[in-house]
Amino acid sequence: MAKEKKRISRRRFLVRGGLGTVGVLAVGTYLFRNPIRRKIAEMANTGEAPYIGNTDTPIIWFEITEDNKVLFHSPKVEMGQGTFTGLAQMAADELEIHMGQIQVVHAQTGSGNIDGFSTGGSTSISSLWLPLRELAATMREMLRTEGGKKLGMEVSSLTIADGIVSGGGSKMSYAEIAKGVTEWKVPDTPTLKAIEDYKFIGKPVPRVDLDAKVFGAPIFGMDASMPDMLYAAVVCPDTIGATFLGADTSRAATMPGVVKIVKEEDFIGVVAASRMEAENAKNAIKVDWKVDRVWQTKDIEEMIQVGAGRPYIIQAEGKTERILDGSEGVITAEFTSPLGAHAQLEPNGAVASVVDGKATVMMSTQVISFTRGQIADRLGIDAEDVNIVPTFLGGGFGGRLHTPMGMQAAVLSKAVGKPVKCFLNRKEEFQNDSFRPPTHHVLKAKLADDGLIAAIQHQVSSGDVMFGSPLVPKIVHGILGADLGAWRGGMIQYRGIPNYQAVSWRVKLPFATSWWRSLGLLANTFAIESFMDELAIRAGKDPVQFRLDQIQDDKAGNRLKEVIRTAAEKAGYSDEIVDGRAMGFAASTDASTPVAQIAEVSVEGKEIKVHRVTCAIDPGLAINPDQIRAQCEGSIIMGMSAAMHERMYVEDGQLQPIIYGPYEMALMKHAPKEIEVVILENDDKPGAVGEPPLGPIGAAVANAVFRLTGQRLRSMPLKLT
Amino acid sequence: MKIAFKINGRPESVEIEGNTPLLWVVRDVLDLKGTKFGCGKAACGACTLHVDREAVRSCSYPVKFVEGKEVTTIEGLGKEEGPHPVQQAWVEEIVPQCGYCQPGFMMATAALLDKNPNPTDEDIDNTISNVCRCATYYRMRKAIHRAAEIQKENTPKTEE
Repeated sequence: MAKEKKRISRRRFLVRGGLGTVGVLAVGTYLFRNPIRRKIAEMANTGEAPYIGNTDTPIIWFEITEDNKVLFHSPKVEMGQGTFTGLAQMAADELEIHMGQIQVVHAQTGSGNIDGFSTGGSTSISSLWLPLRELAATMREMLRTEGGKKLGMEVSSLTIADGIVSGGGSKMSYAEIAKGVTEWKVPDTPTLKAIEDYKFIGKPVPRVDLDAKVFGAPIFGMDASMPDMLYAAVVCPDTIGATFLGADTSRAATMPGVVKIVKEEDFIGVVAASRMEAENAKNAIKVDWKVDRVWQTKDIEEMIQVGAGRPYIIQAEGKTERILDGSEGVITAEFTSPLGAHAQLEPNGAVASVVDGKATVMMSTQVISFTRGQIADRLGIDAEDVNIVPTFLGGGFGGRLHTPMGMQAAVLSKAVGKPVKCFLNRKEEFQNDSFRPPTHHVLKAKLADDGLIAAIQHQVSSGDVMFGSPLVPKIVHGILGADLGAWRGGMIQYRGIPNYQAVSWRVKLPFATSWWRSLGLLANTFAIESFMDELAIRAGKDPVQFRLDQIQDDKAGNRLKEVIRTAAEKAGYSDEIVDGRAMGFAASTDASTPVAQIAEVSVEGKEIKVHRVTCAIDPGLAINPDQIRAQCEGSIIMGMSAAMHERMYVEDGQLQPIIYGPYEMALMKHAPKEIEVVILENDDKPGAVGEPPLGPIGAAVANAVFRLTGQRLRSMPLKLT
Repeated sequence: MKIAFKINGRPESVEIEGNTPLLWVVRDVLDLKGTKFGCGKAACGACTLHVDREAVRSCSYPVKFVEGKEVTTIEGLGKEEGPHPVQQAWVEEIVPQCGYCQPGFMMATAALLDKNPNPTDEDIDNTISNVCRCATYYRMRKAIHRAAEIQKENTPKTEE
């Protein structure tokens, strides 16, 4: 991928006329200069990722339209997490416009404003918190200065409200000010407003994409179309480790509607007049696959055992190993979690047009920059000649951090000389996913005489997460050793314990495993927090107080204590069974955001029913409390789905199931009827929201089930025997 | 074969292989993209629309069966200026996250309320079996109850 080497001065604002716009302000700044691994490590540790921009020029952030609205070109994609709304609030407040005056669109790569890395890791709001407000404030001051010139007023005497600059009885809109201006005076970065002066930041404003999503607007990748478009289908292997030897396409070539069959070294695609014709012809292709080994679930389970892979110590304090040596007084427990699918509703695919060495690709992706490079490399053209037009994502969850369908659609378009739409079917989605890896956990601890923990060790064995991603160069694997994604949530958060250690065992599985919303957090928290519950019971202590007593007194510790106390208080936590219902408690810290959850559960026969969940979260400054609640509600139920229902397995070399239903998920009937979310704001800047609330729910449910039945459930999905 | 039907109140006729799923006719021939493809096996409900007021999973419904019938999609359910009670409730409760499955849920809900204007939680659990990966079920349940209220408020009181 060709890289622009030139550094763009943050003082260089470009202004140009555009289609139907009076002014395009382009601001190039916040360049990504550090090695990628440092960023990834920072992100994984604290969730405090700086914004990773790129080096294209110009970079368009805002456009002012004739009707005095501002189009904000978002470098982050909207996949349901509410990022567009939070970013719009941040920009509108510093731009001095109201929410009805800002429209958020996905930045196309042609506009330059694309994220150098991805949309993921619960970092979109936190990483743009400072740069976006600074850019908006800078543009506001540029408009004020020009407004002063046009109105013939002293700049300092002007006031701005709702995108209108006023002073001395006259006024002018941003659109009128921007009209005809060719040279802008760029001020030093203005001082940002005080947080209490913001009108939209901190308020539960409705999602900016609400109407589009309620009235069925065609906003998703699968809704995209281009004039004169054909439809394609690609052949995917349905067996693990299958390599492509060749294919007999003679029958497929004669099927109705078929335009062309394209054979590449690594895939075969059929281009036809309609989707059904492309699918039917694809099914008529006889592919010769080479399969060296027929995998079964038990093979995978054997590989994933603690002790089978390579160990890396990721956290160590005190003399944990020495204290836990031998068996006297050592409490041990094992836990497992299964292979999980993303199962997002919109399949992967793209609409591509390749004409005269230039590609336009419309698609749902979390990795715009990487996908652009992949397409450019494959077509042998410059990255600047690939315009990715990102659409709304019909679910992301980390599943779109690798989106090779863009490249495949582009190759097929080039082969037929027309736009091509190419999407996977559901079986292909399930079998070619980059799964959440299965895990195995071994926990050991020893209690001291006062009933608190003397030493604790968590060992987790997992398939790759970060190391399974093409985003992360192989060289980084060696530098980091342990897979940061696999151990996310795997460290001991109770640092008042004198001796603790966490060990991550790395296992390479024969199929792709990678990012899945919250990465290792759900499984690691399930294991650690179930074990903490066992230890509290063993020590004869209240599980909430047991945790509070072992948290260190620093900022992170105090924030964690506060969410634990708040959740317990709101839920009225008690160890008693009341009306056949018991409570289970669990807490986690992910990307610096602590979360505590209490599940109120009953058991009917073998069925576990979750009636009510109380959740306390401290993401720092809350940009949009309603969307933080929405993320917590969704995370709780998605976490329940993964912890209580979902499981992929391997049968005779095939990943199964291949359809919803057999791939059991939480549905309406499983969802708790009551969810209470309490938001604490014990930090002055916004932190992670989209993933942290997925952590505790599995353990919270399992801990409640133990109180009801005496059964300690040690494997996800949680099933009573 | 030629198939004639009404869609969102407008007469249409298409010349197409009769076993083509209705979903692809609606999306790719009639260019109404609000109805979504999720699984192609009637397992997720993303493609739910109405055929003669009944909720139908259109990915597995051959187009030949709509001959002479009335099809309603999310685009025909209501508009921003005149939303269906279900859509109004969805807006009030700020239900959607990614939004992809939501038209299917709204169509399934509208069909439920058509038959059962005041569904209990149990009715909802038994009837609404679509899949939402963002797991917006908590707000959806609230919105379904709210939609029932709005529908009641909107219904003109009949003379005793």
